[in-house]
Amino acid sequence: MAVPLLGDEGVLAPTVARRRSAARSPRALAGRPSTAYLFLAPYLVLFTSFVLAPIVYGLWISLHDWDFLLPGKPWAGLSNYTDLFTSGSVSSGPFWSAMRATGIFMVLAVPLLVLPALGLAVVLNRKFRGRNFFRAIIFAPYVLGVAVVGLLWRYLLDPNLGLLNYYLGLMHLPTPAWTSQTPWVFLALVIPTIWWTVGYNTVIFLAGLQDVSPELYEAAEMDGAGRWRQFISITVPSLRPVTIFILITTILASANVFGQAYLITQGQPGNESRTLIMQIAEEGLRRFNMGSAAAMSTVMTVALLLISLASLVFTRERKDA
Amino acid sequence: MATATAGVRPSRRGKTRRQTSLRGAGPFTYLSLALIGILFAAPFVWMLVTSFKSKVDAAAATPTWIPRDATTDSYRFILDQPQTPVFRWFLNSMLAATGQMLLVVTVASMAAYALSRMDFPGRGVLSKLILATLFVPPISLLIPNYVIISKLGWLDSLPAVIIPGAAGAFGVFFMRQFFQSLPAEIEEAALVDGANRWRIFWTIVVPLSRPALATLALLSFLTNWNDFLWPLYVLFSPSRLTLQPGLSTLQSAYTTDYATIMAGGVIASIPVLLLYLVSQRFVIEGVSRSGLKG
Repeated sequence: MAVPLLGDEGVLAPTVARRRSAARSPRALAGRPSTAYLFLAPYLVLFTSFVLAPIVYGLWISLHDWDFLLPGKPWAGLSNYTDLFTSGSVSSGPFWSAMRATGIFMVLAVPLLVLPALGLAVVLNRKFRGRNFFRAIIFAPYVLGVAVVGLLWRYLLDPNLGLLNYYLGLMHLPTPAWTSQTPWVFLALVIPTIWWTVGYNTVIFLAGLQDVSPELYEAAEMDGAGRWRQFISITVPSLRPVTIFILITTILASANVFGQAYLITQGQPGNESRTLIMQIAEEGLRRFNMGSAAAMSTVMTVALLLISLASLVFTRERKDA
Repeated sequence: MATATAGVRPSRRGKTRRQTSLRGAGPFTYLSLALIGILFAAPFVWMLVTSFKSKVDAAAATPTWIPRDATTDSYRFILDQPQTPVFRWFLNSMLAATGQMLLVVTVASMAAYALSRMDFPGRGVLSKLILATLFVPPISLLIPNYVIISKLGWLDSLPAVIIPGAAGAFGVFFMRQFFQSLPAEIEEAALVDGANRWRIFWTIVVPLSRPALATLALLSFLTNWNDFLWPLYVLFSPSRLTLQPGLSTLQSAYTTDYATIMAGGVIASIPVLLLYLVSQRFVIEGVSRSGLKG
């Protein structure tokens, strides 16, 4: 992901080059490696204990019938995995239901988090009074934690006491049970998420727009291209790297949706809006059925890695074409 | 694209032309932006307004944007409930977020400094290994880290929400990017003068890196303050919770007593919103820069 997206990369290039040559100078090489290891040691202790070791340990747990509360953790081979893919097993039902809920959420949320953000960024890239104020307002929800977002929207979407249904009622529109009825529960997850994070995507699009060379627009204007034409022929292609970045981060973030489902819909109705992360956390950390939960985490991890890989490959092909 | 720009030289005239080509906003744009702005601000206002309502008023069939009789009852109620010690949670959150912030800034900047300025065997492999973990979905660490934490005896205690979270690669990545943009001449001169790396780091590099360190500190404070999933499961005693999992407790304890729940929401949002108000541009720029580079 270390695509040089910011304009200042070009400015940095000379200093980086100078640094490299300095690193090869005898003086720098004279430094003892032990010094470097001492600088690295505190981080490496943390990194090994809570990132590297858990990656391996998680796989190990998934190969056992690992009940956190029981002393014995018998070897289970791949059965935790095969169970997930065997219909009728204890774990496969809830797992695929959670998969479905997460999938529905992603299909609804990703376009609604990316396209409006692009639109807002294009508008905010113009010069007008109050644009910084507006940018500050739509970004503000992003600094809240998901727990606050969850509480607040649980109230706003409350079927009886909520503000949304009150206004819908005033307009003689249907007032659904947002937090407990399909398909409304999925909107009850998506709407708060848009409020919460669309500002983040907007701000990143905006940073990308600042790097589009103004000369391109000048040239287009001289050629008589209108604003829409400029958007399609200049803005969209120039924003390609930023768009890829936003798309991948939004897809990954949406796949990881948890707090909204935990607090707003509480998985209702039944467990229909229980998301993958919620299923894994509840299975592993409430029911302490960790072997199965770890297997679900592995499957989800592989799926997420495939998604990011696929989007990278796809966009690279488009570029070559 | 490059060929189109090649002939056009940036000039003073070019700049004035740019402003005319990026036209301002017409009345239609203003109107829609105002509407969107109101929609985005309204939930904040509603949370604040409700927290100053009475229980009855908050559950009224006809909701009002101005409390019928404003009261601080919810705040007084919530701050001295033994089952939901919000003040204690606030303190715990402060300790956790500040502790993790200090840990991340120190440990990550030291590691990043070694990775970007020193030569040692294994440097390339180590850099790649650390950066590669940026792509590891956090969910794969949830279950094993819970077991590790319990073996360390940290369940239901502050270290659980301070230390594991500081192990992420983001801080190292962020500081490494910054150090690579920093000219090395001053440090080289100091080396020639016989200063050691440790002194150079603390007396030259750290002061020069203040903006990056501040951004990293801010981002890691916000992240820890807002973290929900991890503390929700590793903390359980009412007195040990931080604010975010505490809010979930409020919701189950007071179900539809929204005046009380919103008071909890306001208390949990005050520090982050204050930070945002004070350093709004800094936050936005920090987020968008790290986003772009992440």
